[in-house]
Amino acid sequence: MKTLLLTGALAFASAPLFAGAAVATVAGADGSSEHAGYALQTTPMTGGDGTVNQSDTNAFSLPQGNLSMTKRLDFSVGNSFFRNPWVEAPASTKARDGLGPLFNTNACQGCHLKDGRGHPPAVDTPSVSLFLRLAVPHDAVKDADILRTNGFKPHPVYGAQLQTSALPGAKPEADLVLSWTKRIEVLADGTEVELREPVYTIENPNYGPLGDNLLISPRVAPPMIGMGLLEAIPAETVAALADSDDTNGDGISGRVNQVWDIASQQTVPGRFGWKAAEPDVHQQSMGAFAGDMGLTSSLKTATDCTPSQNCDAWANGGDPEVTDKIADFVTFYSKSLAVPARRDMGSATVQQGARLFNETGCAACHTPTYVTGVNPQRPDLSSQTIWPYSDLLLHDMGPALADGRDEFLADGNEWRTAPLWGVGLAQQVNPLAGFLHDGRARTLEEAILWHGGEAQPASDRYRQMMVKERNALIEFLTSL
Amino acid sequence: MPFLFRPAPMAIAVAALLVAGCGTNGSVAKNQPADQKIDNSAVVAHYADVAHATFEDALITARTLNAATDRLIANPTEANLQTAKEAWYAARVPYQQSEVFRFGNTLVDDWEGQVNAWPLDEGLIDYVESDGYQYELGNAGATANIIASNSINVGGEQLDVSTLTAELLADLNEIGGSEANVASGYHAIEFLLWGQDLNGFSAGSGERPVSDYQQGTDCTNGNCNRRADYLDAVTDLLIDDLEWMTAQWAEGSSDNYRAQLTSADASEGVQKMLFGMGSLSLGELAGERMKVALEANSFEDEHDCFSDNTHNSHYYNGQGIQNVYTGTYRRVDNSVVTGPSLADLVEQTNPQLNAELNKQLNESMQALGLIKAKAESSQAPMAFDMMIAPGNGEGAKIVNNAIMALVVQTGSIEQAARELGIEALSPDDAGHSF
Repeated sequence: MKTLLLTGALAFASAPLFAGAAVATVAGADGSSEHAGYALQTTPMTGGDGTVNQSDTNAFSLPQGNLSMTKRLDFSVGNSFFRNPWVEAPASTKARDGLGPLFNTNACQGCHLKDGRGHPPAVDTPSVSLFLRLAVPHDAVKDADILRTNGFKPHPVYGAQLQTSALPGAKPEADLVLSWTKRIEVLADGTEVELREPVYTIENPNYGPLGDNLLISPRVAPPMIGMGLLEAIPAETVAALADSDDTNGDGISGRVNQVWDIASQQTVPGRFGWKAAEPDVHQQSMGAFAGDMGLTSSLKTATDCTPSQNCDAWANGGDPEVTDKIADFVTFYSKSLAVPARRDMGSATVQQGARLFNETGCAACHTPTYVTGVNPQRPDLSSQTIWPYSDLLLHDMGPALADGRDEFLADGNEWRTAPLWGVGLAQQVNPLAGFLHDGRARTLEEAILWHGGEAQPASDRYRQMMVKERNALIEFLTSL
Repeated sequence: MPFLFRPAPMAIAVAALLVAGCGTNGSVAKNQPADQKIDNSAVVAHYADVAHATFEDALITARTLNAATDRLIANPTEANLQTAKEAWYAARVPYQQSEVFRFGNTLVDDWEGQVNAWPLDEGLIDYVESDGYQYELGNAGATANIIASNSINVGGEQLDVSTLTAELLADLNEIGGSEANVASGYHAIEFLLWGQDLNGFSAGSGERPVSDYQQGTDCTNGNCNRRADYLDAVTDLLIDDLEWMTAQWAEGSSDNYRAQLTSADASEGVQKMLFGMGSLSLGELAGERMKVALEANSFEDEHDCFSDNTHNSHYYNGQGIQNVYTGTYRRVDNSVVTGPSLADLVEQTNPQLNAELNKQLNESMQALGLIKAKAESSQAPMAFDMMIAPGNGEGAKIVNNAIMALVVQTGSIEQAARELGIEALSPDDAGHSF
């Protein structure tokens, strides 16, 4: 393939093509660069001024590098509440009691390992950083109220997620058993890649039968970096990327989820979570306290316990259990974890991979760059040029990844484009980390090969590549 | 593997460190001819001197503690228990000043777990009051009670604990994978001397009766012989660990940590120094140890919870930070170690910043001193766990003042780093961050 290196302004009107086309790289006078119609990152500062130089096991655990000293203190306080376990009420540790009685884990770090990704459980070990969301089929008319505020219809007894742990004396909802089926992908050059597909079995349900119409959606804990920066991207910018009817005919029809904002009691664009079902980091965090740890907050006044589970028989840890003060520290922490700098950008292979990323069309959904808006409360997050590689929109990812379970506007085939910043360090931070919503992909290559639906043409282009090109693309991703 | 926290190099001439003793190097400024500009390498070498003196003092006071616990074991009287407690307090003075070396020096941080780990699920070690005892959910070690058992089962692992030795206790740390399973170090000893503090936010520390060490029919709470064996082994292990660490900082060895540090690029050493100061000042002391406890109103977040000595822990942490900056350390025998310092380096390029930072270090010591004075006051003393109680406005104010003083000085520590050409104070590998 031939690559032209041009300087000066050159606009690309058409969608990028992979094979046979002359593809241009444009270097702008302001230091920005473009290739095949998408931005090309030329700075290692992936997270803007707050980017940190850390590429070991602590790569995801540092505060924004441009935080003021007093804010760093708040960060370390939030870190303590994020890391330390919560306990059963009543306890002398008033600030951290009220866990459960049903829960998935007892500390935020239990799933967000070293602030990074979770992983599917190993054979014969309980699942902690991956759990199942639950739902039953809904009736659009009869269930309109719950759909408007909840996005789906929870199981009448087991609620919105399967909680596999419980306080002593209480019964966990069930055991989650995971097994894998293997499948072999054959690439164009004959290379075989083994993929593993998860099979979930719910055993020992302790609160009655789960029923035949149960819908499950596995979710692995996502990494915590750059959340505040993602939140700082203006809503109009994201909305402008949406193309729900694919009017530009590129086969990509990203759309914005529309979700319930508890604080303002209205429907707003969704941005966080695997299906973009949460409007902001605070609501996402309070949702995790309620669902994953069984802790109420003033935003989420109920946990995932249903009336028939009789959770009121256990003492609560105050009303709410997570005080506003602590909730705010945790949210501040969650919005302040820095993005690590890119590595190896000088490598010719990495640079080739970066061009291939754009040429292949990965960048059509994994939108490389944004400039954040202005938030007077958070100068460190304001007006930053960032490189998250996500459009934060929902896309049909095909039947192989589908969970078949709606969440607000997201249908059973749709997932939000996962940001790729830091993806190359995922397994430095947690060696067991997997990719995609359920962590099934053990390598970045496996993750690419699972991409279907709107991403099928792009993953097919990957299958067609020669080994050198495939390696270059993977090396680029590893440099993120 | 015994002594599991000990990284290489293992081959240390332990004998070498003992000859230095105390009082031999009072007010000695070395490493630098008087008429020359002070450079990074002289400052790093003196930093190692201060570290060595501090760890050696920790060792000296730990030996006194060991002698006192030996006397308590041989003759369990109130007076001997009291003497042992006093010796423990005294041992904390240099040790807490050494914590500034933990941040930035991976070797110290990796070793520290066996010596000063906290918080601990003390039911691993001995009996606890079931009502007032909280432990990490799912930690099977939390109720293992080594003293009452010849064999314990933690996480499916059956272990023979019939003979309590220093090596065994080292092995038992973090058994079953839980960091709360602390079998050794200062806080284990503290628990063996004081017992649980069941007073909550009220005045008073742990009240372990001396009869817990009396043999025969006078023994209370059972297994007094094993409790004595435990105390004997755990104090031996502490000395062993401190000997090892002191040797790491001793001059004249070619394969210890000091040799490694002083032969590396001196600007790396300067970065470690400033990083250690900043990390302890902001994230650890102001954040984890003070602000978290205050915001959580949680005496479970108190550092020296059995003995109510938290005020001193905080105070001497602060002192350690100042020591590293000024290159000045007052030893337990009152001699003073001085030499080329970070303060000298900053003075050479920005005297105003040096004056500012020195002033701020003094102010934070005053603020920490107020916590100490309040806790040790003969009139209505207020211990740290009382200061952080809900609704104690006076206590919160005292603690907050110290927090803010530490925050302010950290800002200047960062400025000093920039002044000395260190762009980012990010850690190299110590696993701690601001």
